Amino acid sequence: MATVDVAEPVRVSREGTGSRILRWVGKTPLHLLLVIVGLLWLVPTIGIFLTSLLSAEAYLEGGWWQVVSEPSKLTFENYSAIFDNETITSSLVTTIWIAVGGTLLPIVVGALAGYAFAWLEFPARDWLFVIVIALLVVPLQMALIPMFKLYETFGINDTVFALILFHTAFGLPFAIFLLRNFFIGIPKDLLEAARIDGASEIRIFVRLILPLGLPAIASLAIFQFLWTWNDLLVALVFGRDTQPLTVAIYRQLAQFGANIEIIAPATFVSLVIPLVVFFAFQRYFVQGLLAGSVK
Amino acid sequence: MSGASITAEPPAQGAPPPTGKTRDWKGYAVALGFLAPTLFFLGLWIVYPAVNTFKRSFYSRSGDEFIWFDNYEQIFTSDVLLTAVKNNAIWVLVVPALVTAIGLIFAVLTERVSWSVAFKTAVFMPMAISAFAAGVTWRIMYQQDPDQGAINAAIAAVRDAVDPPGVLSDAAPSTDAIVGTPQGGLTLAEPVEPGSVVPLGLTRVSADEVPEDAAQAVLPEALSGGITGAVWRDFKPGGGTPGEVETEEVGLPGVTVELKTADGESVDSTTSEADGTFAFEDVEPGSYLVGIGSATFAEPFNGVSWLGERLITPSIIISYIWIWAGFAMVVIAAGLAAIPRDVLEAARTDGASEWQVFRRVTAPLLAPVLTVVFITMLINVLKVFDIVISVAPGSVQDDASVLALAMWRTAFGGTSNLGLGSAIAVFIFVLVVPVLLLNIRRFRREA
Repeated sequence: MATVDVAEPVRVSREGTGSRILRWVGKTPLHLLLVIVGLLWLVPTIGIFLTSLLSAEAYLEGGWWQVVSEPSKLTFENYSAIFDNETITSSLVTTIWIAVGGTLLPIVVGALAGYAFAWLEFPARDWLFVIVIALLVVPLQMALIPMFKLYETFGINDTVFALILFHTAFGLPFAIFLLRNFFIGIPKDLLEAARIDGASEIRIFVRLILPLGLPAIASLAIFQFLWTWNDLLVALVFGRDTQPLTVAIYRQLAQFGANIEIIAPATFVSLVIPLVVFFAFQRYFVQGLLAGSVK
Repeated sequence: MSGASITAEPPAQGAPPPTGKTRDWKGYAVALGFLAPTLFFLGLWIVYPAVNTFKRSFYSRSGDEFIWFDNYEQIFTSDVLLTAVKNNAIWVLVVPALVTAIGLIFAVLTERVSWSVAFKTAVFMPMAISAFAAGVTWRIMYQQDPDQGAINAAIAAVRDAVDPPGVLSDAAPSTDAIVGTPQGGLTLAEPVEPGSVVPLGLTRVSADEVPEDAAQAVLPEALSGGITGAVWRDFKPGGGTPGEVETEEVGLPGVTVELKTADGESVDSTTSEADGTFAFEDVEPGSYLVGIGSATFAEPFNGVSWLGERLITPSIIISYIWIWAGFAMVVIAAGLAAIPRDVLEAARTDGASEWQVFRRVTAPLLAPVLTVVFITMLINVLKVFDIVISVAPGSVQDDASVLALAMWRTAFGGTSNLGLGSAIAVFIFVLVVPVLLLNIRRFRREA
């Protein structure tokens, strides 16, 4: 921490070029440290990508870093193999369905409730809101066993539908919290004007709240998408045959070395889509994160 | 995700004042319409099963016998479950503090760096990846064979640079003239004088360990005032004479040959040539022992067993920190940015050193944010599952187990004990609740 430069940034503009260069040089150890740590942080992700481009024999002989000296060993064959692999492709489709359904449904349900908690008057409203938020505490382990039995009774175990419903319920408390707090910041005048004009609540919700609430909805959508796409536990319990990608990969792990040709590319596919979403919507992601953790 | 640190805000004054009873009731009905789907989901998927799980935790495996707290007792008596409890305790003690500390260091270090966005993106990126995929990624990093696992490969590279490995892994003297063991070094039984030629024949050298540049062994000429000799693989297919250099027997290059006084004090050392020959020149008169140093047999690096039962939990924790450090850094950086500049400036004007500014001004102002990160991590750690199941190979999952993993294996694994599984779920719940209540109370006090 001794290397931290804490000089006022405002003063920088008044400095001559010479002293600015001096300051830069003085910070070199810090820059170097950050470059090294930053690169180290990237190594595992680069590692799995390069592993996914090696044949199992090549991987067992020399690890992914050998491609630096022997780039000719890189091959896309693993990828064409997993996209010909019925188990993997169908699990990818399952994952997409779960993520899309598990994102849209809680947004719709949560937005309706968020609006009610923010702008509608009814008895015990604030108590009810506190209870909804308190449900955030309940670990989903508390629901696995009874829901498994209930799903069995209704015969919907092993369906994408059952997984989406489960994700919706456990996504709701956070969704309601986030959306209600955002909706409440919408200027009151806008709503009152609409009400005086005789707009119904549902019309206000669709025409006013949803468009104005888009930034919060975007944050929520990203969280919910990542959460459902990345889930393993829920799918392990309710999706034994209707398995998403994570479960399909999990089943390959028992023969780690032998199945590396499937494991590495499938894992990379499973992680690259959230990464693309993350980079495309980074701003909303960080906003949602800060809203969730710093109030 | 981790809504953990969320709190209920004081009631909002949004809705218009009600006018007249009929409008009230109509309004309530509309509100109920908006809330109905939520009540359905929360009631059926969270409240009902939670109550049910709680009840089930007091019943036996079959579910028809009320057994009081027997299931809970089993959490602390069964070996496998007790390991999970202990491991989870380690997670709780180590991870929140480490993640918060690393996040703080990163946030402070990057505060005045112009390209900090690039650094933050690199560190934050794992947050988007699933804990499961991250676990698989780290399992590749952790492979024991230095030819497969990047971490062991890096260690091997450093080790080879500092302490080169030996050329042979094992060998035995071909005659009684040489005594000792590979680990302690092989030495002549009887001392020799300068001018001698010393044959150091070895057997038990496996063919694939003979260096590629090895040539036909030769016994060199005697050197006056020096000691010469050869190290060779004293093995001839079809049989030969032990202790004699024959055709088809190859020299062993790269072997460390040591020259010692008769009482074992080291005088000189050299390495053998491609044909196995070595020479010590200008040796003072006296009697000497010649031997093969133990460095020749230094064990090659076989890799640290990161995924073995002893290191598995620390290994998983490292990969978990890799995921969450970015979260801590981003939240703490936002807290840092919110500290008013003039407060810091005032402290500096008053003559405070940078360390004092950090300790007395920045740190206290940052404390609420640090607490949020710490508590969020505490709750996450109590529920950790995906990363454990993906990093730990099946054979060590008992050693790496944590509560959430134990719950899943108990209820849905081969044993399928729903009573005990329910008890573990309730146990996790009970551990999480006080942490969250603490969080809510703290927020209330601050509000």
